[in-house]
Amino acid sequence: MDETVAEFIKRIILKIPMTEMMTILKTWDFLSEHQLQTINFRQRKEALMHNLVLFCEEKCASLNDAASLDIIYTQVFRHQKLWDVFKMSKKTGRDPDPFDEDHFKRSFMKVLRRALQNVTVSFRDGEENAMWIRIAWGTHNTKPNQYKATYMVYYPQTPYVFISFSRLKRNLPLLSQVFETHNSTSPLQERSLWLNTNMDLRIIHENQLEKERVLKVTQETFGDYPQPRLEFAQYQLETKFKSNFGTSILADREEPLRCLIKFSSPHLMEALKSLAPAGIADAPLSPLLTCIPNKGMNYFKIRDK
Amino acid sequence: MAAEDLNTVFSHQQSNLVQLAELSDDLFSSLGEKVFRPLDKLPQLNTPTILLVSTEEALLQQLVDKMLREDCASQLLVHLAKSLPLPSNVTRPRIDLIVFAVSLHSKHSLQNVQESLRQVDTSFFLGRVCFLAIGAGQENHCSVHHQTILKLARTYQSPLLFTDLKTEGFLVAMAQPLVRMLQICAGHTPGVSTLSLLPLQSSESPFLKDL
Repeated sequence: MDETVAEFIKRIILKIPMTEMMTILKTWDFLSEHQLQTINFRQRKEALMHNLVLFCEEKCASLNDAASLDIIYTQVFRHQKLWDVFKMSKKTGRDPDPFDEDHFKRSFMKVLRRALQNVTVSFRDGEENAMWIRIAWGTHNTKPNQYKATYMVYYPQTPYVFISFSRLKRNLPLLSQVFETHNSTSPLQERSLWLNTNMDLRIIHENQLEKERVLKVTQETFGDYPQPRLEFAQYQLETKFKSNFGTSILADREEPLRCLIKFSSPHLMEALKSLAPAGIADAPLSPLLTCIPNKGMNYFKIRDK
Repeated sequence: MAAEDLNTVFSHQQSNLVQLAELSDDLFSSLGEKVFRPLDKLPQLNTPTILLVSTEEALLQQLVDKMLREDCASQLLVHLAKSLPLPSNVTRPRIDLIVFAVSLHSKHSLQNVQESLRQVDTSFFLGRVCFLAIGAGQENHCSVHHQTILKLARTYQSPLLFTDLKTEGFLVAMAQPLVRMLQICAGHTPGVSTLSLLPLQSSESPFLKDL
């Protein structure tokens, strides 16, 4: 058994209070019945710990077994951690696919491994269908730090996931691509489809929130269905010149200015719909443009009131 | 290049940069905003980080994919932003290289970059900034003259690369130098510092004509 694994198991066992020791060891289901029966709970903690580590060595405990024990410890003592809650928003119009646990686990590992080779990821089922995930982070050069792992609890049938944050701030950019922590005082955030296997965690979009706001506003304005097919819209302006700079030749002019603006396109409404997401215009668009389907007109005359 | 010539090069750069610093200090003090500085954070081990600022994020996505596929000993991190300043409530690593990408087909894209440039501290321009001009090949779509972007790059003393991000060949040809530049800026190439990138600028700089 690896020395680091032995040390890791020792530290976990030291953390467990004697009252919970048996329950946890039984849940772990790694040591044999015989070994469990021979444990003397009256001895001092250090002695007990040494015995347990010897038993683990007999059974050749691996890092994964130790990680499993760590998850169980966290499950029992979950109140010792601070959890943030995240809510994911699924794309509209799609029925939720039946949750495939293995596929999820494989995709999760794939996405994480693509960015970082040195991570230890462990899964364990919890009560009420929860899936507990433990991630120990390493870097390109260093092995994963098992003592500062991040835990995630995901309820597959719901859009909620709980994450306990460790002090390792540098992993936040990676996880924040998945769950953006914007404001720790209001942890409930909406995030688009959680696991997209094409997602590369090394690319971070800074304006993600703004983009999603724009998409949301565009969707509210234009809806999801195809737009009515229109080829042009014409605006005729007859308004007086308005100026903030005091008097000028144009501001003194009594007659209204006349101006004609014509928009033409093979599919005008789709073009207008794509203006804000493409970054060419601000969202929400001017009501003069968006009222076309509602009013059923595409020739407008705009006058001063 | 002889040592004395190098000295002339650098002192010329310095005087230009002092002028630039005075100009931007005025701007900054009037704006009173937080300024993007290159060395105000500790670097992370082996993660050179590049920030691409552009309104044309969709076009840049392909370039980014090619860059990440480049064979590189370091672990690259890419940040894509539409403009500066960046949202301040997210922790992010130290940025080693900023690439401002302007689409020559869009005046809005140029304007966006010009405004974002004001948010960057002058010490970034010692080799940690690079300009990318996209789409010069399609003359009839260009609304920004290539002289404009040349002038911009010259004003900010930074290299300018022309590219067309639509063809595979151009993408690869652009990805490699950018990755190498990033490695140099992150200090991952021994013996080469960001100041060595200064001669990559426009060859119409006056001092090079003397050599």
